Amino acid sequence: MKEWPLWEVFIRSQHGLAHKHVGSLHAPDAEMAIRNARDVYTRRNEGVSIWVVKAADITASSPGDKEALFEPANSKVYRHPTFYPMPDEVKGI
Amino acid sequence: MYAQLVDTGAKRVQSLEELSPEDRAFQERIDAGVKIEAKDPMPESYRRTLVRQISQHAHSEIVGMLPEGNWITRAPTLKRKAILLAKVQDEGGHGLYLYSAAETLGVSRDQMIADLHAGKAKYSSIFNYPTLSWADVGCIGWLVDGAAIINQIPLCRCSYGPYARAMVRVCKEESFHQRQGYDIMLALARGTAEQKAMAQEAFNRWWWPALAMQGPPDKDSVHSAQSMAWKIKLFSNDELRQKWLDQTVPQAHYLGLTVPDPDLAWNDETGHWEHGPIDWDEFYRVIKGDGPCNRDRLRARVKAWEDGAWVREAAVAHAEKRAARERVKAA
Repeated sequence: MKEWPLWEVFIRSQHGLAHKHVGSLHAPDAEMAIRNARDVYTRRNEGVSIWVVKAADITASSPGDKEALFEPANSKVYRHPTFYPMPDEVKGI
Repeated sequence: MYAQLVDTGAKRVQSLEELSPEDRAFQERIDAGVKIEAKDPMPESYRRTLVRQISQHAHSEIVGMLPEGNWITRAPTLKRKAILLAKVQDEGGHGLYLYSAAETLGVSRDQMIADLHAGKAKYSSIFNYPTLSWADVGCIGWLVDGAAIINQIPLCRCSYGPYARAMVRVCKEESFHQRQGYDIMLALARGTAEQKAMAQEAFNRWWWPALAMQGPPDKDSVHSAQSMAWKIKLFSNDELRQKWLDQTVPQAHYLGLTVPDPDLAWNDETGHWEHGPIDWDEFYRVIKGDGPCNRDRLRARVKAWEDGAWVREAAVAHAEKRAARERVKAA
């Protein structure tokens, strides 16, 4: 028999944070995926909103591209506030 | 533990110098504490061992629903029944988190379930013992889930990201399981003479299987050494067992229970409890399929899977029909 497709589940917790990936599950369609996600991932008030996305529809960066994608940021230390030492006398900055 | 005697395929653990450049780079990432993710390069033996370990762990959760499920309709009060339902539902959830984690390694859930049903995949020895009285439900929560916590907390730090994350979720829920079990035992221990006797009788049956469930001594096992090098096992079976023993003996004494081991003794020098010899022949017998309930458990799983087939098929047919209707509407 055909296996139910895999869905990735994202939950928004109560405190106004962004939806966060919590895991995956199998379901025949989106509606059932939401119902199953309710049972599998929110048994203890973990969330107030659920997104489900077919795992096959997600495009992910490849581990092989890690350097090309993320290394350029390493040399741009001036993007962080700690790059700029402030005199002790100056307050509120 | 929930995954017992996991074969790594290793004959011995190779030193960094002996490894191929790819495997060496991999081992160095593990040594540096880097988490391995699904799409990262990994040695085939690491992948295969993890599939074995995580699927065994998942099967244990699912088969573990059976001994306790046996008492859902017979729980002594509505409160206990609601608690037990929630607990057994959690175990189903744990199985699903773990199957998902294993699936990231390129094996399908249906395949894993087929392997379980064909007797090719193992699950924990502990779930092949029967639950004869209500006190057994207390003993499982207290002793078996207590042992599970000791095994699973370190696994939250294991090297494979999806497995570690599944363990974090599982551990958050496991403490409820252990406490509800101890709560059942407390009620019996504070009850009538018959209730106390029931608690002791169940405890006598669960003590040795629970002590054995971390698995045989493995400090000299090549598979344990390999799993430890890969950081998918963080403590030896004896270390885990000792931790469990030290925490459980005082809990048993508080309940007024007698530990069914004449050799049990406190060692003042080491600051640890010591137990008598474990019957490893029994452990291996149960693992190989000859425990008191192995055939029952597998039969119940296969029946549930086969009886549910029409539901799975109907759900797919319904989803396909609706998708086809949407396509017509869009055209």
